Amino acid sequence: MNELLFFMEVLVGGLLAGTMYSLVALGFVLIFKASATFNFSQGAMVFFSVLAFCGFMQDFNIPFVLAFILAAFLMVVVGLCTERLVLRPLMNASEDTVLMATIGLGYVLEGLAQAAWGVEVRRLDLGIGDFPVPWIADNLKLFISALDITAGLVAAIMIIGLFLLFKYTKIGLGLRAVADDAGAASSIGIPLKHIMLLVWSAAGVVALVAGMMWGARAGVQFALVDLALKALPVLIIGGFSSIPGAIIGGLIIGAVEKILEVYIGPFFGGAIEGWAPYVLAIFFLLYRPEGLFGEKIIRRV
Amino acid sequence: MKPVFMTYTKKDLINLAVCMVLSVLIIPTFIKTEYWYTSILIPWLCLALATIGQQIVMGYTGQLALGAAGFMAAGAFAMFNLILRVPDLGFVGSLIVSGLIAAAFGILFGLPSLKVRGIYLMVATLASQFFIIWMIDKFGWFKNYDSSGIITAQDIIIFGKPFTTPLAMYFVCLAVTTILTLLAMNMARGSTGRNWMAVRDMDIAAESMGVSLLRTKVQAFAISAFYCGVAGALFAFCYLKSLEPVAFDIKLSFKILFMCILGGLGTINGAFIGAAFILLFPVLLNAIGNNVFHGAIDATIISSIEQVIFGLLMIIFMIYEPLGMAKLWENLKQSMKLKLSSSGIKGVKSTVLKK
Repeated sequence: MNELLFFMEVLVGGLLAGTMYSLVALGFVLIFKASATFNFSQGAMVFFSVLAFCGFMQDFNIPFVLAFILAAFLMVVVGLCTERLVLRPLMNASEDTVLMATIGLGYVLEGLAQAAWGVEVRRLDLGIGDFPVPWIADNLKLFISALDITAGLVAAIMIIGLFLLFKYTKIGLGLRAVADDAGAASSIGIPLKHIMLLVWSAAGVVALVAGMMWGARAGVQFALVDLALKALPVLIIGGFSSIPGAIIGGLIIGAVEKILEVYIGPFFGGAIEGWAPYVLAIFFLLYRPEGLFGEKIIRRV
Repeated sequence: MKPVFMTYTKKDLINLAVCMVLSVLIIPTFIKTEYWYTSILIPWLCLALATIGQQIVMGYTGQLALGAAGFMAAGAFAMFNLILRVPDLGFVGSLIVSGLIAAAFGILFGLPSLKVRGIYLMVATLASQFFIIWMIDKFGWFKNYDSSGIITAQDIIIFGKPFTTPLAMYFVCLAVTTILTLLAMNMARGSTGRNWMAVRDMDIAAESMGVSLLRTKVQAFAISAFYCGVAGALFAFCYLKSLEPVAFDIKLSFKILFMCILGGLGTINGAFIGAAFILLFPVLLNAIGNNVFHGAIDATIISSIEQVIFGLLMIIFMIYEPLGMAKLWENLKQSMKLKLSSSGIKGVKSTVLKK
């Protein structure tokens, strides 16, 4: 019985940690869905936004809510600049070219963030402890961190919100139209510029929220960029253009890497969670390249 | 242009002669300070070699790979173990075998390229980066059960002669780089390279023309990893003089990617230009920081600025010149030629005719 309980604890911990990956992956999906652009700088956006948030709060003593609004506004500005200066000139360039440009954009954001706010690790206290919730520990005998639960809730709310936005609003319809065929969408009068700006701003805010969750756990530091790389296998498993895919992919990665780490890791000296998600992603690629929820990739000759 | 010697044109031979005279005669006679060899020329040659590897898979075959540093690590640690455990192989033999070991990893992690492309492939190759580094880190055997984490590299001994001074190491790197660069140029120009480029430009069309995708892609990954492996071994033995997995982390992979893209995709000379730029630019920036602002700017700020500039350059090149610095150089040469030739329309005509 104890072993089962331990397994449950590992599983639930993994699933909840997976929602943190989902939050990062969500930003990727938003941009991919609306522009078929793979935004490699999403990880840098996470780092940039949360470092700015910390900077506002700790260096200027701005209250929490105002700092959040300022950081979100900053991400809108970043989105605007990206749309104007990077994406528009590359409108007709190949996917790979745009991808490389976003790698460059990631470098710019990382560099700017460090130049503006310094390189030392900052602590971020959201008022939510990263320790087991006593009530759950007493009643269910599971040790689950309050931060994990918060991250799960936040992810759920954001995903439901975005899902509704895409499915039922006029903006969402426009977004889907642009994703399907940007040229056709703009010819029937959908303002491409505004749609892009909206999507990049939304991705920026999602990055900020993801960054706050990660920052509260691991400290706001450069390693966040590398953590965000783990959102890539999440996307491959879930599918690049699916919001539910991002969450399911995150849950799978979170759970599998924890279970592997706890049950198989000790035989290999541990730390296999560094590469296990990527290898899992390779197996998915071999059998289901479009991911669980992605649209089938069709290439015309 | 007519081939003069074997399949090489007069221009090729002149280029080769100029490069050789410059690197073998002029540099060793005029540069005496060790700093230039240990911190600039040796890493430049090693990284240029790794960038050629990245070029083969990315620039010529069009497969977005991001794991060069992982293969470099494989090459470096293979070299260490071969010299330690199979001393009969000698330096040159070990270098070749460690390249082959890296190539085996290249084949293994290049296999997903048969199914996927673009960002998907990038994720698959990231697996190689993280897996190789983890493997070396976790299995003590690869590090000869050294607990300190940093292992000193053995001295380079070729045919009984030690190569330990910076100048001697420079010549070792130079010799290896020259041979492999010539080989790469030959491959790129020959049927191998044509197959690579056919796959890059349109894989389905290439396949219908009878180019085997399996063979071409796996070959490109294997050769690329071979180059990275040899480069990694040289990087560890001639430049770092120590072996630690951390030196080959994802940041180095990104650096090589930048060298490859900024230098110019699908060019061999671009690899050298890109490597030189990425290596020298921080040196220049630091020099400016120290001499113009007298250290008033913090070193961390300077490295942040460096990062911003690399990123900006990447974006600017993608927008205005996706073929990178090699193309800029080509354009510069072209316009110089136009200016030199007699004048106006006549000059244009003569260059067009020459082509």
